[in-house]
Amino acid sequence: MKFGVVVFPGSNCDEDIIYTLQHTLGQEVVKLWHKDTDLQGAECIVLPGGFSYGDYLRSGAIARFSPIMEKVVAHANQGGYVIGICNGFQILTEAGLLPGALLRNNGQKFICRNVYLKPQSTSTLLTKGLDPDKTYKIPIAHAEGRYYADQETVKELHANDQILFKYSSETGIIDEASNPNGSLENIAGISNARKNVFGMMPHPERAAEEALGNTDGRTILEGLVAQITA
Amino acid sequence: MTLSTETHLPTVDTAKKLGLLPEEFEKIKAILGRTPNFTELSIFSVMWSEHCSYKNSIVWLKTLPKDSPRMLAKAGEENAGLVDIGDGLACSFKIESHNHPSALEPYQGAATGVGGINRDIFTMGARPIAQLNSLRFGNLKLDKTRRLLKGVVKGIGDYGNAFGIPTVGGEVFFDDSFNTNPLVNAFSAGIVKTGQVAKAISYGVGNPVFIVGSATGKDGIHGATFASEDIGEHSVEKLPAVQVGDPFQEKLLLEATLEIIATGHVIGIQDMGAAGIICSTSEMSAKGEHGMEIHLDRVPTRQANMVPFEILLSESQERMLIVVEKGKEAGTKAIFDKWDLNCEQIGTVTDTGRLHFYMHGELVADVPADDLVLGGGAPVYHREYREPAYYKEYQKFDIHTIEDIQNTTQITEAAKYILSHPNIASKKWVYEQYDSMVGIANRSTNAPSDAAIVRVKGTDKSLVITVDCNSRYVQADPEQGCAIAVAEAARNIVCSGGEPVAITNCLNFGNPYVPEVYWQFVGAIKGMKKACEKFSTPVTGGNVSFYNQSSDEGPVFPTPTIGMLGLMEAPENQMTIDFKKEGDIIYLIGQSRNDLASSEYLYSYKGVKASPAPYFDIEEEFAVQALVKELILQKRIESAHDVSDGGLLAALAESAMPRGLGFNINPDKNVRLDAFLFGESQSRVVVSVKPENNDAFLDALDNSKVKFSLLGKVHAADFRIVDEPILTSAGAKELYNNALGKIMEE
Repeated sequence: MKFGVVVFPGSNCDEDIIYTLQHTLGQEVVKLWHKDTDLQGAECIVLPGGFSYGDYLRSGAIARFSPIMEKVVAHANQGGYVIGICNGFQILTEAGLLPGALLRNNGQKFICRNVYLKPQSTSTLLTKGLDPDKTYKIPIAHAEGRYYADQETVKELHANDQILFKYSSETGIIDEASNPNGSLENIAGISNARKNVFGMMPHPERAAEEALGNTDGRTILEGLVAQITA
Repeated sequence: MTLSTETHLPTVDTAKKLGLLPEEFEKIKAILGRTPNFTELSIFSVMWSEHCSYKNSIVWLKTLPKDSPRMLAKAGEENAGLVDIGDGLACSFKIESHNHPSALEPYQGAATGVGGINRDIFTMGARPIAQLNSLRFGNLKLDKTRRLLKGVVKGIGDYGNAFGIPTVGGEVFFDDSFNTNPLVNAFSAGIVKTGQVAKAISYGVGNPVFIVGSATGKDGIHGATFASEDIGEHSVEKLPAVQVGDPFQEKLLLEATLEIIATGHVIGIQDMGAAGIICSTSEMSAKGEHGMEIHLDRVPTRQANMVPFEILLSESQERMLIVVEKGKEAGTKAIFDKWDLNCEQIGTVTDTGRLHFYMHGELVADVPADDLVLGGGAPVYHREYREPAYYKEYQKFDIHTIEDIQNTTQITEAAKYILSHPNIASKKWVYEQYDSMVGIANRSTNAPSDAAIVRVKGTDKSLVITVDCNSRYVQADPEQGCAIAVAEAARNIVCSGGEPVAITNCLNFGNPYVPEVYWQFVGAIKGMKKACEKFSTPVTGGNVSFYNQSSDEGPVFPTPTIGMLGLMEAPENQMTIDFKKEGDIIYLIGQSRNDLASSEYLYSYKGVKASPAPYFDIEEEFAVQALVKELILQKRIESAHDVSDGGLLAALAESAMPRGLGFNINPDKNVRLDAFLFGESQSRVVVSVKPENNDAFLDALDNSKVKFSLLGKVHAADFRIVDEPILTSAGAKELYNNALGKIMEE
């Protein structure tokens, strides 16, 4: 599996996901510079976390206009895999590849800490291999992660089984107390209807090694690799 | 070309307004052989400010130990200290203050502090991998304090998070003495290959001089001078002296800077922080014993019609001065172009040893580089110092005037107070606003330890880092208090499985012209010297921040913040503070004492403000640390946590809470109960031992001369003293975790 990690000016989790895909998961990775227009044959495109173009306007609002994004959108429209993590998820909603929007956290503050995720969809590549009865400890780090969409969209997300993860307690309770940012229905990640584009606010690459004391994120990413290559 | 003449040359009054002394004005005239024009006078005023010249501190700073076999750049030689960590790598690290800007504009003040310290690191070619900060604020009951805290934390977070380097540790301390003047000290550490270190130097006649990064604006003019005077009513008029930060530009500048350094064509590079272009041109030229011819009109500016002194002194952020080899101009521009950053050649290197600044072809300033800088012509003062009257008063404290704790109810009440006191309670409200995990190198996220542990990718090694200073101890006894700060930093590193390597310091004091304040400074330096020598941790540099006082409330508690770098050779040496399992045996390494001096309990709970620094014996401390190191390497213990602020009970609680465990302990019958539980005498570490390792542990202790005692056992879910429950672990955690957040969000 060849991954292409897009580097926008201001991306700062690009090296982390590259390290995890290459060193931890043994995958081939190419870096895709935002000014380029060639996906270099990458089969799965990753939009990493960070503050693309400084995010002074609205997270992801400018990144979607970069030359590489035109190719990423075309890739997605042809059924190619795209995953956006954190700022990458924000860019995917801004680019219209994923429905809804990510608004300022309800506490108005940046939040960085471990949260627990409960897998929802059983039909997407990202969650298929996960235990729906388990919770996964994954860190978040964002100021704009409150998922929002109109009622119609949310209905569709449910109908098409597009919700990847919901924020939960350690024991799997999905409620206000386990919602770190005020996301609608505790939604932490979604896919598109075709299920080839994924977005999630939490950072699985930050929980993928024994050295970091948490490998739950590795389980999620390994599942993705296994499903795609299967 | 001759200097353009001004009709009105500045007088001594102008010099005074710029913060210079009359004798300094005379000295400038002697150096130039004429009266300086306004631009030149401005140049001297910023370069000879304390912030740039260390004129009131250098005499004492020079007494600090500088040498160790690991030292690659000693204090004052480069933008930051540089130590060899093996495997062909070096660590560049430094701490710096941004107190005065943060007092007026907390958000930008703190943000640009973070930006500045990181530039000091990457200007050496090192990629930053960890940030820490040390903060002091006034009374949290004041709206103003809460506003300052919110602004500073948001400023640090917004800048550091976007820049993309994790904030892995720090400290926050509250005391009335910081009501007007908070302290904001930012630390950064980076890694560089030993062969690729960039220097802050300029030489080679004809080599081009570039300014890169952000455009130059009118922000921060005379910021360095501003940082060198007391904060008063008029300070708010100096708001333009506070700079504005742009972390996005900084991130681009980081990548472009590391890329240009990697080409090998860079002669020298220096970031532009305090005193802007004039500081980097003069320091680089003086060091390389060359001169420069600079055309100020070629500097990209944010505002039209900026005059020479404004361009020279502007402290606009995210800029660098770079001297490259002649002929490499196009390659240099191409790299900055890739990152969409300004890159303008503004001049060339000369052999004159002087700085010639031109504006539209007209010479506007002509000054000798060497006379501007520390170690060159900048003034050096021996300041008068005098023991303040309070010192002897503090020493008179008698513990017998305090009534001891009598029963469990009183213990519970005091324990709740201490665990929820903002100085002791979790700083979660603060640190959750910082990205602590970007870079996937933070080994402490899921394994709490006394110091931050950050792995160095590609090696087995980790940096072990801490920032420490108990300002109250230093106020009580500067020499002892500062020695304690060094000792505590070393203890935190040792308890985390690291070996202390070196320190950087941020010396925050009041007005140095007040002899009682200068006495605190001198005492602190003496204590630092003694402790750094004992722990073999030389001083690699740092920063001095004087004038931390308001005109009506007097100086802040003296705060010589110690940023200590340690090294952990292998991951298996990592040690954590949390108790692992019910039934594990808890010991205290070191000795309980009848000492309540300067404890949070005495100062805040009992309201007794005057007492000396807590008990501290450097030899005893050294022995305790040596023993703990050995216990960790021999895998004899399950956890290690030093006893510091809040005393033994706070340490036990912090070890118990992470896994929802408790403890059952027996007090030391030779010591008062209040001192046993809440005293802050130094050189103590709480460790836990698996029952099956107990004999081996005791064998190791028998071979050591260090005193130790059995405290009790790890217990399920509650805290007990002689079987009497005082708090549940869950209840304690609720108090400890949420105390600060409750105050801030109400």
